[in-house]
Amino acid sequence: MRVLVCVKRVPAPGARIALTNDQQAIDTRNLGFATSPHEECAVEGAVQLVADHGGSSTVITMGPPESEEQLRYAVSVGIDNAVLVPTDGSDLDPQATARGLVDAIRILEERDGGFDVILFGNESADAGGYQVGIRVARALGRPTVSGIKDIEVDGSEIVARREIPSGFEVYRLKMPAVLAVREGLNLPRYPTLPGRLKSRKAEIGSVESDPDPGGQRMVRFESPPEQESRTVLLGEGAAAVPAIVEVLETLGIR
Amino acid sequence: MTTALVLIDHDRGVMAETSLQSVAFAGALGLDVEAVLIGADAEPIAASLGTYGVAKAHLVEHAELSDFAPEAWGDALAQLVVVSGAKVVLATGTDRGNEVLAHLGAILDQPMVANVTSAEIGDPWRLTRIRWGGSLFEHVELEAGFQLLTVAPHSWEPPIAGADAEVVLERFEPTLDETAGRTRVVDRVTLNAGITLATAPVVVGGGRGVGSAEGFAPLEELAGLLGGVVGCSRVVTNNGWRPHTDQVGQTGTRIAPDLYIACGISGAIQHWVGAMASKKILAINTDREANMMSKADYAVVGDLHEVVPALIEALS
Repeated sequence: MRVLVCVKRVPAPGARIALTNDQQAIDTRNLGFATSPHEECAVEGAVQLVADHGGSSTVITMGPPESEEQLRYAVSVGIDNAVLVPTDGSDLDPQATARGLVDAIRILEERDGGFDVILFGNESADAGGYQVGIRVARALGRPTVSGIKDIEVDGSEIVARREIPSGFEVYRLKMPAVLAVREGLNLPRYPTLPGRLKSRKAEIGSVESDPDPGGQRMVRFESPPEQESRTVLLGEGAAAVPAIVEVLETLGIR
Repeated sequence: MTTALVLIDHDRGVMAETSLQSVAFAGALGLDVEAVLIGADAEPIAASLGTYGVAKAHLVEHAELSDFAPEAWGDALAQLVVVSGAKVVLATGTDRGNEVLAHLGAILDQPMVANVTSAEIGDPWRLTRIRWGGSLFEHVELEAGFQLLTVAPHSWEPPIAGADAEVVLERFEPTLDETAGRTRVVDRVTLNAGITLATAPVVVGGGRGVGSAEGFAPLEELAGLLGGVVGCSRVVTNNGWRPHTDQVGQTGTRIAPDLYIACGISGAIQHWVGAMASKKILAINTDREANMMSKADYAVVGDLHEVVPALIEALS
C-alpha cells in the first residue's frame, strides 16, 4: 500500500496572535512552527497504515523552504519519504494550493506509481478553508470524504467513520481514495531518538509547481477587538469556596 | 434582485439550526433567497421556511441522495446551480455545509470562501472570514464568476419569524451516475445519548495543571455534583490522560455551557476558541496572569488540587 499525507507548516501561537504592522501576515518573530493538529494525526495514520498493510508512506508539503522542518518531523515519527513543493512563502489561496498539489502528485505517481490512499487534515489550523483535499480528489477523479476519525482497510476498500452528534456515520470508499481526517483519529506518537537521527539525514525530495492563483485574494488580517477584562476575583485557594458556591447559586446551577 | 441559493443543512429531516443564520445573512445582503434541500425527508423543513421570508425552495431528490453523500450532494447542487442560473450560493459553515460547498467550488472551478462573517456586494465582492477558529479575521476580495461561501456559525442571529407564508416548492431531480454515490453513508452507529460535551449545561475542564489521568477524579466528582461533564485541553489528550472526545478547542469540541469551570488551563488560542461561547467562565489557576484568568468572568487564584476538593466538600 502506498500512502501519501499532505501537511502544512503553521505558526504555533500561544494566548494571542500578533500581526505585522502592515497587517499582511502574522508576526512570527517570537513563534515556533508546527504541523496543523489534524495533519499530525494524518501523519500517524499513514505510519500505521503502512505498519499494518506494508508498502511505503510519503509526506508532502507546499510551502517555504523552512517547511522542511515539518517534513523531517514526519520522517522522525516513521514516514518513509518526504517531498517539498517550494513556494516563496506568500499566502496561497485554496485553489492555487490544490492545483500545486495536484501537479506534484501527478509527477510523483508517474515516477513511482499511484498512491492508494491520500490523507489530508480536515482544515488547516491557520487558514481553515475546508477544501484543499476535496479539490485534489475531484481533480484526480477519486472518491473522498471529510471529517474522518477512524480508518480501516477492508480488501480494496477503506471503511471510514465520521463523527456526528448522535454517533458515527460509516463510509466505504474504493481505493485509490482521498480522506480528510480529524484530530482524534489516533494519538500521534512522539519521535524516538533513532527517528530523530534518521530524519536529520533524510533526503528531502523536491517537485516544482507554479500554480495559477485562484479567485480568493487576501487583502489584510485584523485582530478581533481586545475585550476589556471584567474578571471578578473570588479569592485565593480554598478560602474562595464560599464565594464560588454563591456564584453557583446566582447562576441557578446550585 | 440577485438570487442566492441557500443550502439548508439537514440530517434526514432534522435541520442544523445554524442553517437559518445563513438565510438571515443572505437576506441582510438584500439577496432574494431560494432554499435548497437535498435528500429525503426535507419537505416539512422546506415548508416551514416561509415564516423567515423564503419564498421558494428547491427539493433535490434522487435515490442516490436519500442519506448524506458528499460527492453526490455536490454534483446535485452544481446541476441545480447551472439550471437555475444562480451565481450566489451559500451554506452554513457546518461539516456538511463546508464539505458540500467545497465540492461545488471544485466542480465549477470557482473559489469557495469558508466561514464568512460579513460581505459587501460589489465588483469584486469584499468578504470578512475567520481564521484560527475565530481568533483572527481575514479580509478577502473575491474575483470570480460565482460567489460561493459558507457563513460562520453563530456570527449571525437567526432571522426573526414573521407571519406564516407559503413556500413555493420546486422539485429537481439531478442526473447522477454511480460514481456520484460512491461516497455515501452506508451505516450509522448511534452512541448512547445523554449529556454530551457540546450540549452540557456545566463543563468542568482540566488542563496541564491537573498533572495526570488520576488527577481528573475530583473534576469528575465536581462535574457529577453540578450535572455536568468533564472536558480538557489539547495537552491533556496529547499526554493520553483523557480521550480526544473530551477535548475542548479548535480541533476538539466547541462548547457553550451556562458555566465553564476551567481548572489549571492557561487558555491558549487552541483551547480558548472552543470555550469562548460559554455563557460564564470560572477559572482556577495558580498563575493569576494566565490568559484564561483574564478572560474569565470569575477567577480563583490557587491550586486546583486544593480548591476543587474543598468545593466538593462544600457542595456535598
